[in-house]
Amino acid sequence: MRRQLMALVKRDLTLARKQGGGLGAALSFMLAVVVLVPLAVGPDLNLLARLAAGLMWLSLLLAVLLTADRIFQQDFEDGSLDLMTMTALPFELVVLTKALTHWLSVSLPLALIAPPLGLMLNLDVNQLPILWAAMITGSLALSLLAGLGGAITAGLRRGGLLTALLILPLYIPVLVFGISVSAATIGPQSAWPSLLILIAITLLCLVVTPVASAAALKAYLR
Amino acid sequence: MQKFANPALFLKLANALIPFAWALTAVLFAGGLYGALVTSPADYQQGETVRIMYLHVPAAWIAMFAYGFMALASATALIFRHPLADTAAKSAAPLGAVFCFLALATGSIWGKPMWGAWWVWDARLTSFFILMLLYLGYIAIWQAIEDPHLAATIARIVALVGSIILPIIKFSVEWWNTLHQPASVLRMDGPSIDKSMLWVLLVMALAYTALFITLLLVSMRSEIAARKLRNLRLSEIRES
Repeated sequence: MRRQLMALVKRDLTLARKQGGGLGAALSFMLAVVVLVPLAVGPDLNLLARLAAGLMWLSLLLAVLLTADRIFQQDFEDGSLDLMTMTALPFELVVLTKALTHWLSVSLPLALIAPPLGLMLNLDVNQLPILWAAMITGSLALSLLAGLGGAITAGLRRGGLLTALLILPLYIPVLVFGISVSAATIGPQSAWPSLLILIAITLLCLVVTPVASAAALKAYLR
Repeated sequence: MQKFANPALFLKLANALIPFAWALTAVLFAGGLYGALVTSPADYQQGETVRIMYLHVPAAWIAMFAYGFMALASATALIFRHPLADTAAKSAAPLGAVFCFLALATGSIWGKPMWGAWWVWDARLTSFFILMLLYLGYIAIWQAIEDPHLAATIARIVALVGSIILPIIKFSVEWWNTLHQPASVLRMDGPSIDKSMLWVLLVMALAYTALFITLLLVSMRSEIAARKLRNLRLSEIRES
């Protein structure tokens, strides 16, 4: 079983690397946001410092959302997903593995790069470690939810906008607690409670989303 | 429950019930609005603005109730394969969205004189706004997928995943220290609201519930009619 899953991870990672347009496009999108923000709100450094953490979270959120349809759509269209339902593996596990591979290939690199990019928006250097911790934790939940959105819209011709409508409300808890983790270093309260809630949300997603995504994909495959 | 799985029986029952449901709704609204606008006292702090509460609070309750109903109907469809459960969930969604909008709008109108702003980003308001988005997403699923069976299956999943928001809304005023006042009716140690206001509020809540049930029946009836029409058209195409 482990060998089959590892093969799946390897296949998806290879595809993500060779295909292009995944991480590269998401990263460029993030850079574009960083460039556009000072133009939109003005280059006042104090203002930017206050906004930086939130803006990096927002760009991470949207960048992950943009790649949501890559998780299942192509495999659904070319029939690979059909084959994966026929293996001895539980389909939920296959779905979870694909979402985790999406995390490894897109969300995690973005979460690692986002905090240093925030320095361009005058992010406080002392905030970096905590922002990293929050984003690495939260990005896993983002990937899992993106997988759910991708699964729900897998069989639709133009699912992109619908994915955003369905998944952005579910992203809000991650965003709220992610922000309160990074805000905690400025304020008096400790970051721990918010970080723990963020971890709890991620674990909840880890349990719920594979089941829901697998059910949605099975409905499309029938 | 399975007895009403037959759409013909359901239609017969709905046709018989709908006139009474309308009458009950009208009577309850007449009584409730009379109480809300005439007999109930003005608040010592909020003055006459408090009367908005009688429209606002029941709308919010029904908006949440409708989502709960939708999730429950979806679960019923998933577990028992009840053929009308999907129809019930589908019909409840636009109603819930309208009640949700009503709650947000009346709250906003109350908020302007009381808090000095149309909208504040407090936990209760924000979570209610998310509820509205969830309703819209659910409705969009039904519109985006052409095959009704497939749409029903996907919509069930969306409704069930989204139901996580309900406890968050309910407890948002207790978990976070917010501007929105905490619960004053549904709480462990009994209602803290004054008796003269409580009964009016409860009558209004019943009126809203009656309205929701009436509209749900009407909507389900037309949904079944639409399905029949679709099947007739399909068989016509097959024959020709």
